[in-house]
Amino acid sequence: MAQLTFREAIARGIAQEMRRDESIVFLGEDVGAAGGVFKGTVGLLEEFGGVRVRDTPISEQAILGAAMGAAMTGLRPIAEIMFSDFFAVCWDIVANEIAKSRYMTNGQVSFPLVIRSGNGGGLRFGAQHSQSVENWAMMIPGLKVVVPSNALDVIGLMAAAIRDPDPVIFLEAKALYASKMDVPDGEIIDTLGSAKVLRQGSNATVVALGAMVPRALRAAEELANGGIECTVIDVRSLVPLDTTTILREASATGRVFTVEENPRLCGWGGELASIIAEEIFYDLDGPIVRITTPHIPLPAADALEDLAIPSVERIVSTIHKSMNS
Amino acid sequence: MTSTQATPELSYLEHKVAMYRSQVVLRRFEQRAYDLFLENYVKGTSHLSIGQEAIAAGVAAAMRPTDWTFATYRGHAHTLARGVPMTPIFAELMGRTNGLMAGKGGSMHLTSVEHGMMGSYAIIGAHLPIACGAAWSAQYRGTDQVAVAFFGDGSVNIGAFHEALNFAAVWKLPVIFFCENNLWMEYTRTSDVTAVANPAADRAAAYGLESIIIDGNDADAVFEVTSLAVARARAGEGPSMIEAKTYRHGGHSRADPGKYRPDEELAEWLLKDPIPMYRSRLVEMGVSEDDLLLLEADVDAEIETATNEAKAGDVPGEELLLKDVWADGGASWRN
Repeated sequence: MAQLTFREAIARGIAQEMRRDESIVFLGEDVGAAGGVFKGTVGLLEEFGGVRVRDTPISEQAILGAAMGAAMTGLRPIAEIMFSDFFAVCWDIVANEIAKSRYMTNGQVSFPLVIRSGNGGGLRFGAQHSQSVENWAMMIPGLKVVVPSNALDVIGLMAAAIRDPDPVIFLEAKALYASKMDVPDGEIIDTLGSAKVLRQGSNATVVALGAMVPRALRAAEELANGGIECTVIDVRSLVPLDTTTILREASATGRVFTVEENPRLCGWGGELASIIAEEIFYDLDGPIVRITTPHIPLPAADALEDLAIPSVERIVSTIHKSMNS
Repeated sequence: MTSTQATPELSYLEHKVAMYRSQVVLRRFEQRAYDLFLENYVKGTSHLSIGQEAIAAGVAAAMRPTDWTFATYRGHAHTLARGVPMTPIFAELMGRTNGLMAGKGGSMHLTSVEHGMMGSYAIIGAHLPIACGAAWSAQYRGTDQVAVAFFGDGSVNIGAFHEALNFAAVWKLPVIFFCENNLWMEYTRTSDVTAVANPAADRAAAYGLESIIIDGNDADAVFEVTSLAVARARAGEGPSMIEAKTYRHGGHSRADPGKYRPDEELAEWLLKDPIPMYRSRLVEMGVSEDDLLLLEADVDAEIETATNEAKAGDVPGEELLLKDVWADGGASWRN
């Protein structure tokens, strides 16, 4: 058992898999010699050498194109897009090439690759380095989308993503990089498409993702002090989506709240609300309520950014108000 | 089975005849594809290579079966040239289950991994970095495979082109960037929208590469220059870029009659048609007229058979709709 930060867990998860399989290679901007701009890949170049851990030019299309071409010819690349906002400059490779080619070729090619990226706000970087883009990835057929919320899950889900035969977008909440937890020694492997119930309560089910998970947990504690007992689910994987767990826990309480960092429109919670309404409507005791970032580009000023992203206070007050109305 | 790929064990003359045959196959295939459009057997769009056959034939002849081709949406010729049979390509254009991809890809996405045909890509420039990735994989695994990425003159002004060129040069990747410069970027003259006279070759220096310009209507020239680039790549000497001047006899795509081009320009290029040119060369080398007529009749018969086989294919049904989004063969996104 060792205490590990979220950022250290990234290097540990990648290293665990690279030791096991020589076909795994890693590329991105500043990932090798610099150890990543968020220091998430420190030590990988030293352990695996410059042939397997490669610094690239600032060329996101080249990075992801290279990952795709390598994946379809026998390697298992991990590519880093430094900030998930930068997906916008290489989205063709993600959405048109990687995601569609297996289907278009009637299964002739596979893309066992992972694209990891720093996602979301909280670091006061302004609108072009802070957006939570999980909804961009979720809406593309052919992409798996994984969003861990703690160091242990980073390792296990990273391992599962690397071993998966399909392309996985692995979004790391930048706001969580410094968070710490005790992590067992030895190999850790998790499963894609499994949500985790982190807390059980009988009054409401709160479904959260990534950086919103610890906030949802703290909100649940405060709500419990006021007599509202919440189940908290960490979605962990948007595609595949563990609807079994979410629907079961939603039915059990009859009230559902989503906590989403993405801007409001077409956030993952909208899809979830639709599934819940369609499939367990008669188990509900009240409206499904989405707690999200407003539909705005994220502002830079700390005071404004804090107002934008769902806070513990906003989660508590929204649930409280809704449960008592 | 129509293998149009020349193999090393052929004699000099056999190699030349195979090169001619390959070009005839590409020409007659494209002409039939056009007829099938007019008969409404083929829907959607398609981009024919009529006039540009010397490039596909010449490059494929310089490649080994284990090498990789990355083509654009104008990819029928490159697919055929790598030895993919005609029937599944016709069937793919017609959207039948006996198509190369069971009808799920269509004209612009022809792919046959078993033939090293790693895909036809319909977003301009996108496949150039993807070819770099295949080349990187060959370099990493220590095979001597080479990736060839074809692109048009219009691709040189998109970002992916420049990212791929720099990336390949810096990593010294075994990749060949092959520009089929047919002078027209869709409906616009390339020189009207490009800062340099030779769209690819004039950019080579920016990436430390040699500027190479060849006659794209001469299959022998294409073969020879590509062979040198392939040898360089296999020897670990890095990427090359070749710009081949050529001309498409028809419009950009099915919907385009190509009327924007001056008559005299088209007439001039029709005189430089690669196929009659190559045929005369063979005759000069002593190949008999009878043998050439037999070869052409044989290709025509193959086209006929393949057309009929393709037409006999089934129309795909629902069983294919939700197949192969994922590696497990399905399309499920939830439990």
